Amino acid sequence: MTTTTRADTTSSQPPALDASVIAAVGGAERPRHAGPVGASMTYGWRALLKIKHVPEQLFDVTMFPIMFTLMFTYVFGGAMAGSPGEYLQYALPGILTQTVVFITMYTALTINTDIEKGVFDRFRSLPVWRPALLVGALLGDALRYVIASAVVLTVGLAIGYRAPGGVLGVVAAVALLVLFCVALTWVWLIVGLKVRTPNAVMGTSMMVLFPLTFVSSVFAPPETMPGWLQAFVDVNPVTLLVEAARGLMNDAADGGDILLVVLLSAVITAVFAPIALRLYNNKT
Amino acid sequence: MTPMTSDLAIETSGLVKTFGDTRAVDGVDLAVPAGGVYGVLGPNGAGKTTTIRMLATLLPPDGGTAYVLGHDVVHEAAQVRSRVALTGQFASLDEDLSGTENLVLIARLQGYSRSAAKQRAAELLEAFDLTAAARKQVKAYSGGMRRRLDIAGSIVVRPDLMFLDEPTTGLDPRSRNQVWEIVRALVRAGTTVLLTTQYLEEADQLADRIAVIDHGRVIAEGTSGQLKASVGSGAVKVRVADPTDRPALATLLAESLDAEPVLDSDPASLSFRVADPTVVAGALHRAGEHGLLISEYSLGQPSLDEVFLALTGRPAEETAPATNDPTRPTAEEVPA
Repeated sequence: MTTTTRADTTSSQPPALDASVIAAVGGAERPRHAGPVGASMTYGWRALLKIKHVPEQLFDVTMFPIMFTLMFTYVFGGAMAGSPGEYLQYALPGILTQTVVFITMYTALTINTDIEKGVFDRFRSLPVWRPALLVGALLGDALRYVIASAVVLTVGLAIGYRAPGGVLGVVAAVALLVLFCVALTWVWLIVGLKVRTPNAVMGTSMMVLFPLTFVSSVFAPPETMPGWLQAFVDVNPVTLLVEAARGLMNDAADGGDILLVVLLSAVITAVFAPIALRLYNNKT
Repeated sequence: MTPMTSDLAIETSGLVKTFGDTRAVDGVDLAVPAGGVYGVLGPNGAGKTTTIRMLATLLPPDGGTAYVLGHDVVHEAAQVRSRVALTGQFASLDEDLSGTENLVLIARLQGYSRSAAKQRAAELLEAFDLTAAARKQVKAYSGGMRRRLDIAGSIVVRPDLMFLDEPTTGLDPRSRNQVWEIVRALVRAGTTVLLTTQYLEEADQLADRIAVIDHGRVIAEGTSGQLKASVGSGAVKVRVADPTDRPALATLLAESLDAEPVLDSDPASLSFRVADPTVVAGALHRAGEHGLLISEYSLGQPSLDEVFLALTGRPAEETAPATNDPTRPTAEEVPA
């Protein structure tokens, strides 16, 4: 029983799908699905592909650092240390730290955007270790941190920064920064999973990051600040991070600071990674 | 409770999901046989998507039990995931990546080596008529292309059970036919397909059995023939050349078809629900003999609307999200 007066739409046959479709549908082998490491690497590869296809997303890790370095050096430099050149020597390790700490928040943004899209459902319905998606995102982020560091250092070099600690000191400082920021990224993953919209993510993160990075020894020696503020600066983890990085770059590495940063990173990871993974697994 | 028989692909009992005060799924019992296509038919907000998300282990149920391929969706989620695939209502693809990259990504996660993943991706793109767009970002794909790529992603490794959530909503007839073709090929290869749809015609074309869902409950279940029998076997629509002839035609046909006329908002047309379609030709002939000029007529299967009207006493539209009944927000639109 079909419609008699109107053309039956089903009679317009699709192009010759059938034979090849049947072959493609039936012909798949069923390999053992990827393990946790393989899946994480694959998601990390996805992060790289996204950088390749949407290079604009690197603006935040390239333009911010350049702006910060130039602005702080030339605007405050003379007033702070007598000359921009001298201030640069003091501030560059700080600017480097601030830049990388700042861009950790983009992790929250990325995961939040992902969840809104249908692709999140696809990934979660696959039979692979679920947290691999988060670990893969972390791998991609680590790369962004390295890129941002390279940008700051290049600009710094170009306008006269010289690291007394040499290449080795700089590399060690960057490695320490990336370690700490990857740990911090777990916190941002929680924000990204909890907060409803990407805009809210931005708002929340600015409120946290501005005081955290500015009220530290990034731009000015704490000795010049009032006592009550110094109290905060002293317990601010960013201060610890800056001092450790600065030490490495100035050829005055403080083993205690470095150890503390490593310990702090471990503690942050131990506390926040399980929470993030739990939230992620229960995310609906 | 343990699954009673192994030849059921899906077995749920009293499945419940609530979002705040809304019972999006309110005690769904399903018994989906393995093999073939099972259709879940219902209007927007009936609870179809929520049910599928629970069965695909994306959403934990708040009550009841669900076994998929013999595995509990809550306690044996990993086993379920290794044998099912989901193609969501909104394309489950990474829009920034190309078609090839999307498929390679899924293939790598499924355990393919780099080269095997590339090969499988190329094979699927070829089969689904997407080779020309393989290197383009999915962003640039049309609705039909996305849908095909999405399904290709679901069968990189052919699942034993595939969830297709409104696979043809928003597609043009050609793309829709392609999707139907793919579904049929899947079934031939041995995959059980659970398909949700708002269109009775789609369920009719593809599904061996159909469950009709409304307000989170199964209100009818059976073959398409059984469902249609519950609303009369067909609908006759007639349009007269001159609207003033309509009352006379209504009276005449009501008598010869032994059915109540339904007057459409179009002043020239009217319709009847008939139990026996064989009397239609004779009745229309008689109208012509009485000088009533009929410009258009059709005898078709009842629409989803008519099925709903028969099953619930109200048209399907009333449950659609367009209405402003505050007590019934649509389940599909509750934030995930």
